[in-house]
Amino acid sequence: MGENKFDPTATLREVEEKFHMFQILNEEGEVVNDEANPNLSDEELVELMSRMVYTRILDQRSISLNRQGRLGFYAPTAGQEASQLASQFALEKEDWILPGYRDVPQIVWHGLPLWKAFLFSRGHFVGNQIPEGVNVLPPQIIIGAQYVQAAGVALGIQKRGQKTVAVTYTGDGGSSQGDFYEGINFAGAFKSPAIFFVQNNQFAISTPREVQTAAKTLAQKGIAAGIPSILVDGMDPLAVYAATRDARERAVNGEGPTLIETLCYRYGPHTMAGDDPTRYRTGDLDNEWSLKDPIVRFRKYLEAKGIWSKEKEEEVIERAKEEIKEAIKKADQAPKQKVSDLIENMYASEMPYNLKEQLEIYKEKESK
Amino acid sequence: MAQMTMIQAITDALRCELKNDENVLVFGEDVGVNGGVFRATEGLQKEFGKDRVFDTPLAESGIGGLAIGLSLQGFRPVPEIQFFGFVYEVMDSINGQLARMRYRTGGTYNAPVTIRSPFGGGVHTPEMHSDSLEGLMTQQPGLKVIVPSTPYDAKGLLISAIRDNDPVVFLEHLKLYRSFREEVPEESYTIEIGKADVKREGKDLTIIAYGLMVHESLKAAEELEKEGYSVEVVDLRTIQPLDIDTIIKSVEKTGRAIVVQEAQKQAGIAANVVAEITERAILSLEAPVLRVAAPDTIYPFPQAEGVWLPNYKDVVETAKKVLTF
Repeated sequence: MGENKFDPTATLREVEEKFHMFQILNEEGEVVNDEANPNLSDEELVELMSRMVYTRILDQRSISLNRQGRLGFYAPTAGQEASQLASQFALEKEDWILPGYRDVPQIVWHGLPLWKAFLFSRGHFVGNQIPEGVNVLPPQIIIGAQYVQAAGVALGIQKRGQKTVAVTYTGDGGSSQGDFYEGINFAGAFKSPAIFFVQNNQFAISTPREVQTAAKTLAQKGIAAGIPSILVDGMDPLAVYAATRDARERAVNGEGPTLIETLCYRYGPHTMAGDDPTRYRTGDLDNEWSLKDPIVRFRKYLEAKGIWSKEKEEEVIERAKEEIKEAIKKADQAPKQKVSDLIENMYASEMPYNLKEQLEIYKEKESK
Repeated sequence: MAQMTMIQAITDALRCELKNDENVLVFGEDVGVNGGVFRATEGLQKEFGKDRVFDTPLAESGIGGLAIGLSLQGFRPVPEIQFFGFVYEVMDSINGQLARMRYRTGGTYNAPVTIRSPFGGGVHTPEMHSDSLEGLMTQQPGLKVIVPSTPYDAKGLLISAIRDNDPVVFLEHLKLYRSFREEVPEESYTIEIGKADVKREGKDLTIIAYGLMVHESLKAAEELEKEGYSVEVVDLRTIQPLDIDTIIKSVEKTGRAIVVQEAQKQAGIAANVVAEITERAILSLEAPVLRVAAPDTIYPFPQAEGVWLPNYKDVVETAKKVLTF
């Protein structure tokens, strides 16, 4: 027998054993993997830290605005700052982002004005009107649909001969969808410049990660599609940045897509629409993950380098609060949403007769 | 002018647009070397290269997503869904995503995608190959839906669809692919989307139909003529949006109408046409508007197809009910 021995169990074990969590900065803010350190400049490190602090404040303010009835749909982001922001930080402005509904911070840092993000939350179409030159889609609601579309954007980039990438995000639950497999498989088959993120925050609403799949890691699913895959500490901004930068480099060099699983945790509920995490998560688990907090460890790292301070952080927090206030003010000024506007947005070509008739009806109603 | 079958006219339309606009891309399952299972893309990969005409992995939702993503990069994708019965696999990409791209982005992004797909009964296929599922598409705001009945119309409408800045579902009846030839110009031409065509003029009755049923209706009109009835046949060509002006004008002239569809009777296009006529022209009607349609079962096993599918005899029978009301 020897080499010819057929042992599918051993094959699976071998693959699974290959997937170790890639980490650069440990929970204490110490570099444990200097070889992989992306060596960001002090300026860049401070900028990334500022964005994470800013976004944590944005999350807190959004939750409170939601509770006051001033926001609408909101999916909390605290705990996922490294996964979301360090990955976006590794991109170029020309890259495309196809977000899921929790991935609003990435598209804001990619150029979507904050007041538009608030309008998206409030359910106003102006929030989804993407400014020229900002290469993002509005957040996707159907879990996984963004994966197949990202394969298409990436193929388009490839056909145009551009040195950019299409980046998309889903969660641990999303990795069970058919579109997840179709997306990574298409991009792999065409060798298109795409980066697929699975932000494994351990729960799809209430369903724990173990219920989703027998696979030991979600990253290993990329192996079946024949694409490079990596399991990353999603609470470690340096690891997320390095993995993304590496995937991006290979993508623009014509080496095809990468699947990145980021291990992370959402501290808050699934959305602000009545989800109660105490029904499915223990306080112990919450505590365990809060010890891994991305901002805490990055703060330690930056303070040890002497480039971050309490004062600096306060400054960012104040700026965030001020800008959020301004953005809400601007969102408040958006014109009242009208059905006639929605009718006019339906078709690029001539409006069909039924809509023409309905447009008259609604214009009349709205004039009263 | 050349004599072309519908499948040749479709290939010709694709060739015209591949030549006309370098952003046009043709792709799907087996559309490359094989030229499609019905040869709709015959020779196109050879002529335009693998970059413009290419095979995809076998996954319809992926094909739909690919089209959406490519359209965001300024391409005009023309994906083929190998059989329209497989559309359930790509319902989210078409109805959930493509149809609402412009709407949900407040006009920021258009989705100029043309989805071509064969459908239709009478050719003894296995399950899920023949179903008339166009009603599922017409219920989705944001899409345009075209069902041509002749080679000439197929070419002009497909070129228009590809040039249109909105998503179009272009459905090609299997039985019409090679059933007859007609003169089709070799050069490029367009037929306006949303315009019906009066395929036969008459004054006693209007038959409204689309796809294969246009031909059954024309045959019925000939039979009825032998009995002294003058029958007008309106070919909808585009079933979303409807050409309401042509429909109402014809009904106001004849005072009597029937609507013929190959799909099951429940819900569907014919019901919608009847409702529009009732809302807009009831005072012109001399008789109720009746429908000819297939029974409300799942698409039949091939051995029962001959009875299940509506034919010209059914059209004549229903027409007489309305003519003698």
